[in-house]
Amino acid sequence: MTDAPNNPTTETENPHAGQADGVKQEYVTIVIDDQWFGIPVLTVQDVLGPQRITPIPSAPAEIAGSLNLRSRIVTAMDVRKRLGLPQREKEEAVMSVIVDFEGELYSLLIDTVGEVLSLPAERYERNPDTLDARWREVSDGIYRLDDRLLVVLDVKRLLATNREKAA
Amino acid sequence: MDDLLSEFLTETAESISVLDLEIVKLEQNPNDPELLGNIFRLVHTIKGTCGFLGLPRLEAVAHAGENVLGKFRDGELEVTPDAVSIILESLDCIKDLLATLEATESEPPGSDEDLISRLNAYAEGHAVPAASNSEPSPADEPGASKESEDFSVENEANKEESTPEAQVEPAAPTVPAPSETAEKPSSAEAATTKKATPIKQSSEPSIANQSIRVGVDLLENLMTMVSELVLTRNSLLQMVRGNSDSEFNTPLQRLNHITAELQEGVMKTRMQPIGNAWAKLPRIIRDLSVDLNKKIDLQMLGAETELDRQVLELIKNPLIHMVRNAADHGIEKPSDRVKAGKPAMGTVTLNAYHEDGHIIVEITDGGRGIAVERIKEKAIANGLASEAEMAAISDQVALQYIFKPGLSTTEKVTSVSGRGVGMDVVKTNVEKIGGTIELQSEPGKGSTVLVKIPLTLAIVSALIVECRGQRFAIPQLGVVELVRASANSDHKVEKINNAAVLRLRDRLLPLVYLDRTLRLNDADIPETDEEDHFIVVTQVGANTLGVIVDQVFDTEEIVVKPVAPMLRDIGIFAGNTILGDGSVVMILDTNGIAAAAGQQAIGSSEEAKTEGPASSSEEECVSMLIFRAGGDTPKAVPLALIARLEEIDRSTIEMYDDRPVVQYRDHLMPLVPVTAEQVYSGDGRQPILVFADGDRSMGLIVDEIVDIVDEQLEIKLSGERAGLVGSAVLASNATEIVDAGYYLTQAYGDWFKRTHGSEGQPTTERKRVLLVDDSPFFRNLLSPLLAGAGYEVVTAEDGDEALELLEKNPEFDAIVSDIEMPRMSGFDFAKACRGSERWRDTPILALSSRTSPDDLDRGREAGFTDYVAKFDRDALLSALSESFTLTRGVA
Repeated sequence: MTDAPNNPTTETENPHAGQADGVKQEYVTIVIDDQWFGIPVLTVQDVLGPQRITPIPSAPAEIAGSLNLRSRIVTAMDVRKRLGLPQREKEEAVMSVIVDFEGELYSLLIDTVGEVLSLPAERYERNPDTLDARWREVSDGIYRLDDRLLVVLDVKRLLATNREKAA
Repeated sequence: MDDLLSEFLTETAESISVLDLEIVKLEQNPNDPELLGNIFRLVHTIKGTCGFLGLPRLEAVAHAGENVLGKFRDGELEVTPDAVSIILESLDCIKDLLATLEATESEPPGSDEDLISRLNAYAEGHAVPAASNSEPSPADEPGASKESEDFSVENEANKEESTPEAQVEPAAPTVPAPSETAEKPSSAEAATTKKATPIKQSSEPSIANQSIRVGVDLLENLMTMVSELVLTRNSLLQMVRGNSDSEFNTPLQRLNHITAELQEGVMKTRMQPIGNAWAKLPRIIRDLSVDLNKKIDLQMLGAETELDRQVLELIKNPLIHMVRNAADHGIEKPSDRVKAGKPAMGTVTLNAYHEDGHIIVEITDGGRGIAVERIKEKAIANGLASEAEMAAISDQVALQYIFKPGLSTTEKVTSVSGRGVGMDVVKTNVEKIGGTIELQSEPGKGSTVLVKIPLTLAIVSALIVECRGQRFAIPQLGVVELVRASANSDHKVEKINNAAVLRLRDRLLPLVYLDRTLRLNDADIPETDEEDHFIVVTQVGANTLGVIVDQVFDTEEIVVKPVAPMLRDIGIFAGNTILGDGSVVMILDTNGIAAAAGQQAIGSSEEAKTEGPASSSEEECVSMLIFRAGGDTPKAVPLALIARLEEIDRSTIEMYDDRPVVQYRDHLMPLVPVTAEQVYSGDGRQPILVFADGDRSMGLIVDEIVDIVDEQLEIKLSGERAGLVGSAVLASNATEIVDAGYYLTQAYGDWFKRTHGSEGQPTTERKRVLLVDDSPFFRNLLSPLLAGAGYEVVTAEDGDEALELLEKNPEFDAIVSDIEMPRMSGFDFAKACRGSERWRDTPILALSSRTSPDDLDRGREAGFTDYVAKFDRDALLSALSESFTLTRGVA
């Protein structure tokens, strides 16, 4: 890609990208179905191993249920279902990334959590037009890493669109 | 001291100290309308409250003061130092009166004529006479208010010394509570307390100081913390449970106690007497009785019953509404009451009391009661239910329709009620806080509304149940009892066309499967043994509903937490909570379950309809009850005619005058077998179909109840023997349609004054008959009869509907109409028909229970072709066929 890193459209479209040269954004990387994703580190409250989850009947399909996080009730969303990915095999690992959204805690069920990456704005790119609509809806853009691509997840849209759907 | 009075004192003391400051400010800014408005409002409130509490002396002074202030506000008087002085003087007078009131709980005797007349004179624009001893010079004023500030500091000190059991006022005013003082500028005292009893200077802190105002937020926060503490305690208890020698046992027990006490204590701070919600009622009732010319006495019992302020707030308006309703709809006019042999004064009683962790509020009126018939008519007219449904339900069930949206039985809308909104809103509000509402009414004696509400919403006791491996909490409030049903026990789940029911103490309890309602079917856990169930019997409004679950655990105190915003639209959960073992469970909302189950039922019947063959004509489906009795051919009777399905013990059947009878609801009910060969003696249970009309009922002895089907009824053959209307194909079987009327006459010879005989009239072509009758019972009875005689029948419930039908569909060959109908009588209806070109010659038969020669003449005059006694079905049939020959002859 030959896009200038300071391309103004790029910047306005990605609030998480650096406002100026040299400013880096930090992301918690997560892996779902071998695809890497990033969540802005400040929205993440906690990362947990497998939890006991109480299913919620009649809830939207991507809502896996609710769990008890230190006496707070947290709603768990299966991000695989949200993104239309194949269902997790029974024996596959599942982890929870706890995010705070509008004062409520939510748990995002994902496969594994990687390291926290500090990514420079020049590696950022907006969503390619060919991206699946479901993904485009929740993705804030793409980072070009050396060996792979990382999709930035917008937590607000990940959870909010769901609420609209449920309504 | 009376709670109301002490509250009044606290509040008024606050207002007065605010007023002191504000009026001085007003003197400096005489043209500030906001300030004036505020002062006016405060004085007005004091006046209003005094009037309400019956404190005439205070009220008079406040009223006179308010007059002057009103003139200021309207710009008719200028704010001058003189004017301010006289207002301050009236405030001082009020303070003195309040001090006496606080000390003696009553107003001092005497009057304040002098002050009041001066205030009035001022209000009329006369200069104030320079009363030498009564007017403190304006220069004194800043001093006076300064003095009161000093006192409030002193009062702060008092406050600390005051007893800790001070009542906490849960309200969050921005104004701190500096209290008024008993002492005042001496000049004012001289002027205003001349005739008052000397004030006792009490060394004890005044009532106004015994309570502090705390922000609601703080209390809410405390409650949340306590809730968390309860949960933590629960999980600790769970951990050491079954471990009796744990060293933690003793401290935990202590923790348990302290938590319980703390919980209770914090709850108490949020408790308020229910009387607070009633405070407005005496006034409302007074105004109502004036507006409506009624004599109404309002009795309030148990006003001191306390409940959580959150609940109180939510229940306040529904209560006011219900009391209004009772006064407006319930209590009759004095003249009507006297006519009915009751005292002219009607009583509305409010009674509140505690009962097993709930508050019960009863609102009783000794009025006319609720006309069930009107409700039924209204419900049908507003499309809330079909006539068939209405005919089949009991009065008690019909009464509950008053809680449906859009139903008001008052004919005219008053300013008070009758707009058709209200009771449904009341019900919704009550149910929102987990309460239930029930209505009982006895014609002529009055009605009672019973509201059951939880004490608090924060911590509730809940039953933990399991269904398909998942646990749920059901609030205890809604749980009536638990029943274990299995194939071998007395209780077993039975099905009527896939609808599960349970026989419970001679009543049929509708059941819902929790797993189906929650759509848990696709879970991996296999369905448990069909025959073995736990049934949680819940009360949903006036109805009971059994919820089938797999397992029932114990009850637990749970803290209700709201569900995440994205799940709020799922109506079946009242919240969620964390149990002692740390797991999250959803709290089921029984109202939501009932609603969801109802929807499912509607959904499935709609599906069934679309699956079935498309209806060939606009004829309506009829619900038929299929049963077996003597012989293999299934028999059926319109479900609408049946009041109840019962099962009685055969040993309770007695013989009376060679006929079987049974004691049923305190009456002897005759039983009639469908066929003579039926056996109904011996042991065991005997299913019967109960038919009821008014207060008479009869039981039809059947062998077995098979099914209920909703099908188009097309009666094929005229009955070849008495008791049968004909036969029809129902549920793909040839089924004999039983003539209920025949059996009714078997039970009561005079039910229709019927004579035996075949009524089938062979006709070459099917004639269309319009049947107009306001009684669903007779419509249901006559239309199969006419259909059996070969007519095609369309029914209308009143003249208006009938005329509409006639306009839309001019294919009727004859009209059969009742005479006594609401809105449009049969006579008017006949006249209306005769007035139309199209219907001038159509035979119109009158059906009436009144058959005197006068009536007959009147009927002919109105245009009726013939006049038939309502119960004489043979006469009706022959008159019908005769009328056709007549018209044919004429035509």
